[in-house]
Amino acid sequence: MTPAIDPRRLDLAAEYRAKPFGRHSPELQALLNVMRRAENCQDLILVSVAPGKWVLGQRLPDGQPPRLFADRVFDSLEDGEWEAFKRRWRALAGEELKLP
Amino acid sequence: MKTPSVVGYLDRLFFHAGEKAAVRVSVLDPSRRYTAELVRMVCGETGPKGPGLKEEKIQAGLAAQYEGTEQPTPVGSYAIVEKLPSLRAVELSLLAWPTLPGRCEQTMVHLGALRLFLDAAGAVALSANAETISTDRPLRPCWWYRVTARYDPSTGAASVTSMPFAGPHNDRRGATKARLPRGARLGAPMLFAASPKAGGGARDHFYGKLEAPVLRSNRDVARWDFARGMGTARIEEISRRRLHGRLVNVPKRAVTGSKWDGSVHDWRQDPSHYAAIHFHGDDLHDARWMPSFALKLPQDLKSGFYAIKLQASGPPFYVGFIVSPGPRAKRAKLAVLASTVTYLAYANYRRRMTPGPLELAMGALPTVDMTDILLARHPEFGNSTYDVHRDGFGVSYASIRRPLFNMRPGGRFWNFAMDLCLIDWLDHEGIDYDVITDHELHAQGAGLLKRYRAVMTGSHPEYYSLEMLKACEGFLAAGGRFLYMGGNGFYWRVTFPGAYPGMIELRRTEDGTRAWAEKPGQYYHSTGEYGGLWLRLGRPPNALAGVGFIAQGFDASTYYRRTAASCDARAAFLFEGIGEELVGDFGAWGDGAAGLEIDAYDDKLGSPRHALVVATSENHSNAFLLVNEEMTSNSHGVDGTLNARVKADMVFFETPAGGAVFSTGSIAYVASLAHNDYDNNIVRLTRNAVRRFLDPAPFKPPAS
Repeated sequence: MTPAIDPRRLDLAAEYRAKPFGRHSPELQALLNVMRRAENCQDLILVSVAPGKWVLGQRLPDGQPPRLFADRVFDSLEDGEWEAFKRRWRALAGEELKLP
Repeated sequence: MKTPSVVGYLDRLFFHAGEKAAVRVSVLDPSRRYTAELVRMVCGETGPKGPGLKEEKIQAGLAAQYEGTEQPTPVGSYAIVEKLPSLRAVELSLLAWPTLPGRCEQTMVHLGALRLFLDAAGAVALSANAETISTDRPLRPCWWYRVTARYDPSTGAASVTSMPFAGPHNDRRGATKARLPRGARLGAPMLFAASPKAGGGARDHFYGKLEAPVLRSNRDVARWDFARGMGTARIEEISRRRLHGRLVNVPKRAVTGSKWDGSVHDWRQDPSHYAAIHFHGDDLHDARWMPSFALKLPQDLKSGFYAIKLQASGPPFYVGFIVSPGPRAKRAKLAVLASTVTYLAYANYRRRMTPGPLELAMGALPTVDMTDILLARHPEFGNSTYDVHRDGFGVSYASIRRPLFNMRPGGRFWNFAMDLCLIDWLDHEGIDYDVITDHELHAQGAGLLKRYRAVMTGSHPEYYSLEMLKACEGFLAAGGRFLYMGGNGFYWRVTFPGAYPGMIELRRTEDGTRAWAEKPGQYYHSTGEYGGLWLRLGRPPNALAGVGFIAQGFDASTYYRRTAASCDARAAFLFEGIGEELVGDFGAWGDGAAGLEIDAYDDKLGSPRHALVVATSENHSNAFLLVNEEMTSNSHGVDGTLNARVKADMVFFETPAGGAVFSTGSIAYVASLAHNDYDNNIVRLTRNAVRRFLDPAPFKPPAS
């Protein structure tokens, strides 16, 4: 089965890692649009657990409170976004994202 | 990773020095102990690129520690009739439009020990003394049915029917007839849309619309007409006995009823088309907590942003409020107009914590904090006007009588927390100011603003009543000076239903950047005012502030580039001491002063022709999308990398009465003020604007 995103496009992953917020190339934006679709986004959020400390969470249906992934604490929003990107890459490319 | 373990609220969003406030607290912490402090809020949590949290403790005679209990919150709307004549055999009938049949048991009418309800399968059922008969024919969601039940307590004879209104569906009548226990008590109180709960409150709430309930017994007939008393908390019974009732927790009125056929859109034209009330189990007007302690505000308390900081184990919970000058207080020359109506519209925003592709609109992951997580764990604290009810219908009311989770310094950098950036800078600058509120503006009109030489808005004054808009216009017509320090302002109409002090009503009609869409036929508020965007109501924000909402994105901010107009002699005062061509290329939100929600000049929408666009933002990201009310049909090329209209315009213009307007056109602007220890070109620009606007020398528009 063809993966939903091209696992060879490590250049796009590197572009995102370098600058998760702000202007992206059209190709990176197209990749993000796939990752952020309802069926692909994994309903992730970032939860501030203390000033400057973040964990990923998952939004749940039917009014349930989000589930917190408390095992990893991030020191910045950028690091949290990168972890979300990697999780989605793994799900959509079918393999771990490993940047050189 | 603890959440706050104590929460609270006040009955008002603003107070004057010397007034007494009843503080209502619910203690979730098992110790049942908590502390309370009065703090003046100076700066919110700004992240690593801002000055961070600043608060000043105020001595207010509070105890070192308090004890309390967890207070229940009776969520869910219903109607109650507290007096009825003596009843014998009864027939109950009404029209029902269920929105969540089959999810859980939902009461339509509760009369003593008799209950007419939807059973867990969504079929109409009748119970007496805990025995039940059911039609066993589940109702279809969002379709009208006539529901009838009969019960004779002397024999136990009972029947129940559901008859669908004619339509294209293959839906049939449901009916059953049987014996129920004899002698079930029939009498007041009678509830519509819920059952009474032992110990007070209600349970088994109905989701959907009910209309025209009728109670027949002996030879008496009582008929309730929900088309009467629109905009009130009263339901009217039209027999000679006048068995009126009252509504609890503000179910939605001015909604289409069984007769509505699209021929009428204003309920005032023919109220018979609007004879229904839409009930929800998650409506909340008044949490009805007992007062926990009284706070006497010091007589010499400075006007400003304040909070009662409650804390047990876990992080603190801030109960935010504004202290505004009392009627006889000496006024400053400058007023900061706190956007209390917008704070209320956003209060208890759950949408960021519900599944869905929000990032496609935001350009980044939604962010929340542990106080938001507490809110998610407590659905009984009600929703925001950005949320939908459990049945998917939009939330139209926002009440102040419940814990408000956004009147605080942390969490999303937005509203109250963002506006503190302005307070922090004014304090740092040593500029004297008062803080006044939207709620006072609505009640007092232009007279409130005319006590000041200049009025400064917060970062996002989005929700406005007609009275508030007229007050601002009246202020400008009298020579007032107006600093619009944000983005997406003066956007949605709100109204204030008189029966519910402080509460706002909102209908997201027709068009605009909407969290949900109002249903057809329901564009008129229960107050009789037509809802929606002020742009669509003939009062575009551009006409007041020179700019109007153009785009939004929530990933990164950018800078403004000065235009040739910034060198015009009329605007020279703004840029004194600023040699740079780029301004605001820094900031605590997204590294720039132009971001989040941004506004642009458009003379076709009423921006004054003589207004000067002194700076314009550029280089917005892919996440910034042109707002849909600016398009008549969808198209490619609407993001910030492709569309030249995606920009924030900074605008200045003079008014004929000697006043002036300065608009930043960006929510993120105020988050740049503290950069480099308050020494930057956004500070110089803002200082220049405030100084000139406080100078009594009149402004003069150019000769046309």
